[in-house]
Amino acid sequence: MASADEIRELMRTEGAAVAQNTQAFNDGRYASVAELEDYEELKREARSIKEDAIERLPELVEELTETVEANGGTVYVAEDAEDANRYIRSVVDDRDAERVVKSKSMTSEELEVNDALEADGVDVVETDLGEWVLQVADEAPSHIVAPAIHKSREGIAELFNERFDPDEPLETAEELTHFAREKLGEQIVDADVGMTGANFLAADTGSMALVTSEGNARKTVAATDTQITVAGVEKIVPAVEDLHPFIELIGRSGTGQDITSYVSLLTPPVDTPVVDFEDDETPISEFDADRDFHLVLVDNGRLAMRDDEHLRETLYCIRCSACSNSCANFQSVGGHAFGGETYSGGIATGWEAGIEGLDIAAEFNDLCTGCTRCVNACPVGIDIPWINTVVRDRANREGDEPAEWLVDGLTPDAEDEGAPLQKRFFGNFETVAKVASATAPVSNWLAGTTLSKRLMARALGIDPRRELPSFERETLVEWFADRESAVENPDRRVVLYPDLYTNHVQIERGKAAVEVLEALGVDVVVPPAPSSGRAPLSQGMVATATDHADRVAETLAPHVADGRDVVVIEPSDHAMFQREYEKLLDEERFAQLAEESYELLEYVYGLLDNGADASALPAVDGEEIAYHSHCQQRTLGLEAHTVAVLEECGYDVTTSEVECCGMAGSFGYKSDYYELSMDVGGRLRDQLQADDVRERPVVASGTSCLEQIDALLERQPRHPIELLAE
Amino acid sequence: MATALSTFESSLDDLGVSVTRTTSGAFADDLAETIEQPAVGVPLEQPFDDLDLSLDDASIDVDPTPAALREATTGVTPAQLGVADYGSLALTLTDRGSELVSLFVERHVAVVRAADVVADMDAAVDELHERFNDEGGSAILATGPSATADMGALVKGAHGPKDVHVIVVEEGA
Repeated sequence: MASADEIRELMRTEGAAVAQNTQAFNDGRYASVAELEDYEELKREARSIKEDAIERLPELVEELTETVEANGGTVYVAEDAEDANRYIRSVVDDRDAERVVKSKSMTSEELEVNDALEADGVDVVETDLGEWVLQVADEAPSHIVAPAIHKSREGIAELFNERFDPDEPLETAEELTHFAREKLGEQIVDADVGMTGANFLAADTGSMALVTSEGNARKTVAATDTQITVAGVEKIVPAVEDLHPFIELIGRSGTGQDITSYVSLLTPPVDTPVVDFEDDETPISEFDADRDFHLVLVDNGRLAMRDDEHLRETLYCIRCSACSNSCANFQSVGGHAFGGETYSGGIATGWEAGIEGLDIAAEFNDLCTGCTRCVNACPVGIDIPWINTVVRDRANREGDEPAEWLVDGLTPDAEDEGAPLQKRFFGNFETVAKVASATAPVSNWLAGTTLSKRLMARALGIDPRRELPSFERETLVEWFADRESAVENPDRRVVLYPDLYTNHVQIERGKAAVEVLEALGVDVVVPPAPSSGRAPLSQGMVATATDHADRVAETLAPHVADGRDVVVIEPSDHAMFQREYEKLLDEERFAQLAEESYELLEYVYGLLDNGADASALPAVDGEEIAYHSHCQQRTLGLEAHTVAVLEECGYDVTTSEVECCGMAGSFGYKSDYYELSMDVGGRLRDQLQADDVRERPVVASGTSCLEQIDALLERQPRHPIELLAE
Repeated sequence: MATALSTFESSLDDLGVSVTRTTSGAFADDLAETIEQPAVGVPLEQPFDDLDLSLDDASIDVDPTPAALREATTGVTPAQLGVADYGSLALTLTDRGSELVSLFVERHVAVVRAADVVADMDAAVDELHERFNDEGGSAILATGPSATADMGALVKGAHGPKDVHVIVVEEGA
């Protein structure tokens, strides 16, 4: 796991370049997919092609082998990296090749085939300019699509000038590109073997698709007589026509390009003559196309992933990098922290767990906060946060058990005793909150002392620079029980879910919610209820979260059966009901709760839209306000409802555009991640401190977001419902 | 068809690709204006047997040596398809070295028949799928010039051509 020191150092050396590039890709994605009328339909189509292909994978491997061999190529199915490398070395050796030129291929990185070939004395040259920069610098990729994303133009210029000592020092991007093109151009025309990856392989014709922009993959194939293509078995799709949605989605989803310059659809061996580039006498048409083609299909753990119900979805991944670019943490640290041996970004947890093993995945898996911003960005709809949760759960169980005395009473679930102490503390935060409320204000006073901060830092890894939540003595449920409901002949009836934070910490927003709902003619009850399980789930404690889900469903079911709508204040808990409970509950109970539950402002919007009297709410005249929605709320498409309600009440609303505030539940409290959390938060602070926003009061929907904004700004933020209850 | 053509032209324009619309009668003159010498090419008769499009009048070496190819500034090749909504071209890989001529030059001039411009990527992939099924084959979907952002800013002309020009040939004289 990257330590706080390592993360700090990465942010210092690479953070600026990574942030600039990933955010440009991410902005580009939003703009580019917005132009697609049938974006959602294309994503569904892409997903269903992948689902079908992985389901039929063994049969497709056979079909592809037959078509490639009928075309005159050779197929080798490699069990693991060593097996693949052995075969590739033998092909290169049989060809007596002195130089292999490569176009960009993550699968070849996974194999570490360069090292294997270089050990045989073969000159291996990366021709993708980004990969070449890294080869010259002897560094690892920091991004699966743009591997040198962590290097600035100045850094590359310095590297080239030092290494190659050109007559005129190189400076601009044009000069650097031109220099690399010339240098690599000579090496390509002089090479014997061309190695490529493949973005897709079509079983019906033995064709491959290569998605590139520089033209180096085209040259790598055209200029050499022996083509070796390495690809994971999961790259196979049934037919050429299946490529359509992927061609439209892959560039847009990744770097925000509508389409990359070149999509090579090759059915090797290709007809292009193999020429001697020095020859100044023989016309090109007189050269033969005497070509060999070797397709190396790599298993290396993939078929086992196919049999793993939770990792299987990873195989749908088309390596577009959307989950990297849309990830707030990745935007700050890049793939050198948020990545394993080969792959980086959110989906890397699945790849590294399946290919390298749980230990490698566990090294960076904590950097996924479960914010879900990658979920809608993924062109094949992979539930990347869930894969991260499952891998965290597995890593917890394999980890060392903490000393019993430290967690006595904190972990009621024997089966979760594998989780590290810090995860068990945050995962069972409900217990902490109950004790803290019961003993408030003494508990708050104690938690704030230097001594206890030091103790918490040492035992639990809680960063002393964070203010801990201040617990209320009277919970929302207790407050509600002591009052009489005021609504006669209600239009609708609601059970307001007392989430952990509203109930124990942010009581005021709970009271405001009751007040607003009642003002709009709604009968409200606030029964005692278990916490949603969000806290344990985010620590990878799936069994504990499932137990919470069961009890929540049991608690709310009678109210739903009684005709009440479920209204949820905390967006991360609402997201549990809408998304994660699908994994934790049986289908029927999940569907019922998901269907009947609403985020608070979504519900208010619905009331107003259905004729509730808006004049019951305090109106303002164009008062300016800044709103930061919650990451999981935005994934569910529920930001717009809050904005609409605030506008209906007369507010002039500006919204933030960052993917996440950086707090993400317990993440920002952890000593290892405090500075990363604040770096991510810095982007939100910049937006909230921009010229025309600086004076605006801030409202935010999520507990974490409110705590983070409170730490970032002088202005104290509030929940939007509090504006409606004034 | 007219709609697809105008969409194609505006897509190419967005990509920074210039376009000439011509007829078979005016082709030779228009072609001459688009090339920068030295120029190489592959014959257009093979895909376009219904049109009389010759490269001979424009001083284009239609069967260059590899060394001449590497010296050339412009390469002229046919394109099998144009894709209107993306401004993409489908380039085939022939035994005359069409792939080399379109790739190892600074300026690629692609000639496409107006009738071969399809509306969208879906139609293009269907068309290619049919051809691949019938006769095997390969195609490059080329969209704009070769480009890279790996050196700190977007630069046109990475490994492939820096400029692309498209000549659309409409039927008739």
